[in-house]
Amino acid sequence: MEAAMGLMRRIPPKHSEAALSALLSLLPHHSADLLSQVDQPLQVLCDVDSGKEFILCEYNRDADSYRSPWSNKYHPPLDDGLYPSQELRKLEMEANDVFAVYCDQYYEGGTSSVYIWENEDEGFIGCFLIKKDGSRTADGRRGYLEEGSWEAIHVIEVVPLDEATARYCLTSSVMLSLTTNDDSSGAFNLSGSIRRQMNMDLPVDEGHLCNMGRMIEEMESKLRYSLDQVYFGKTKEMICTLRPPSEPVQTSLSEQTNKRHS
Amino acid sequence: MSDEEETQPTDDQKIEIAKWFLLNAPAGEIQYIAKDMKAVLQDETLYTTAAAVAFPLYNKSHMICLDFPDRSGEVMVTPFSEISENEYLDPRTAQVAVVDHVNQVCRRARPANDEELPTPYIEEYRYALDIEVTKYVSEAYPKGICSVYCVNGKDVEEPGLDFELVVVISAARLSPQNFCNGSWRSIWNVEFKDEAQFVEVRGTLQVGAHYFEEGNVQLDAKHECKDSTMLMSPEDCAHSVTTIIRHHETEYLNSLQTSYSKLPDATFKDLRRKLPVTRTLFPWHNTMQFSLRRDIQKSLGLEK
Repeated sequence: MEAAMGLMRRIPPKHSEAALSALLSLLPHHSADLLSQVDQPLQVLCDVDSGKEFILCEYNRDADSYRSPWSNKYHPPLDDGLYPSQELRKLEMEANDVFAVYCDQYYEGGTSSVYIWENEDEGFIGCFLIKKDGSRTADGRRGYLEEGSWEAIHVIEVVPLDEATARYCLTSSVMLSLTTNDDSSGAFNLSGSIRRQMNMDLPVDEGHLCNMGRMIEEMESKLRYSLDQVYFGKTKEMICTLRPPSEPVQTSLSEQTNKRHS
Repeated sequence: MSDEEETQPTDDQKIEIAKWFLLNAPAGEIQYIAKDMKAVLQDETLYTTAAAVAFPLYNKSHMICLDFPDRSGEVMVTPFSEISENEYLDPRTAQVAVVDHVNQVCRRARPANDEELPTPYIEEYRYALDIEVTKYVSEAYPKGICSVYCVNGKDVEEPGLDFELVVVISAARLSPQNFCNGSWRSIWNVEFKDEAQFVEVRGTLQVGAHYFEEGNVQLDAKHECKDSTMLMSPEDCAHSVTTIIRHHETEYLNSLQTSYSKLPDATFKDLRRKLPVTRTLFPWHNTMQFSLRRDIQKSLGLEK
């Protein structure tokens, strides 16, 4: 299993779906572990009632059907599927509405879904998903990307500690890929995935949604920054180590300009 | 994902999977992938079959560089220097290396025989270009290796016929302890066209980088370019072609840097903004207000 995770860390991210598929066929006994530890690209279905898209994941799946957060119905229909309690469903609906606006504000398009269900000890688990296609043929407003995708999965476990506080454990994964292609620089593709965790104990006076939302927002900003500055930055550094630019003055000027903007 | 029991893949399928993982290893990482693949497959025979096919392809594609056993020089494993599956020519020392692909070492060397080497006429051009390119590579790359091969017309003995040389440049920086590896590969096809008296130069540049500390991020970039110069003496051609190579490679590096510099504020923004247009964090506590606003927006047809 460790070897399998090692392989997933080295295979080019754009091939991760094929790699996971291959590993699942070779290691069927480890499929539960693999599916929970390796992030797969997100798929969507269209809700038949509202016409809105919803994201598929293990948390809204029962047998081979998936539950839409908009209509609360399984697609394809299921006779005795699992549903969240009425109370949690109410929270789930509110979460979906608010998260959709959050998604609009940060992603200028894209699809979001939230699924909430019971956990032990009066706690619950929420799964917040976002899928954005930023290619210029889809939702890429500025048209830079020939291909681009950002997919985020946030799983947050909420456990009430006492009347006034709750513990929130967030595990977030982001998978992203961007490709630009033009005459002067050819094909340029950066892709990758990272996973982080964050735990907080917070007062519940403003409601769970508020707490979860803020944690997710903070986490996403951290991940975006990390991907951009650290991860992409390291690959850029590597290139410049392989073949140092021959005009050092110009480089440091553009780097200074960069620092001012970021 | 379907819940049905997957039937075990056949031996052939397992071999294909192993080959696929090995071939897709980033630069300098095939041995790590090999180790993990062996553990996952749990079958020496199947792994060995896959490795025997995958390693030569990988080595040639990444143009790995091996030392001669007597340290008399280096040989690059490339499709252009291949004499047979395990034999690779080093024109500089006129030796042929016998190579163990799976262990990525040179087992022994033998002198190249006449049929394997180009004619003195061709060698003049090849040698002159080799000198210039080697000088360029030592200036531009801290740890670059290069070689020049004749891939067409190596038996041409005098002016009157076309021939083709290939310049390969490879630089790899492996820093596994820092979770970062990278590679630069350039392949320059230099066609000497006798009748038109000019030289056509076509380059393919490929750059890769992998950073994997608590994550997995990879860069994969490729670029093709063309240029030409007059057919002159071997030394003048060498100088001219190398200038072309230097120019295009420098330009490409600059454009890579530009692509990177556009990331934070432009390119990445198409995926996710740093902050909403309001330039403030999302007002989670005002959720009711937002739901309402969204409904109003929708009914006014303001949403896209």
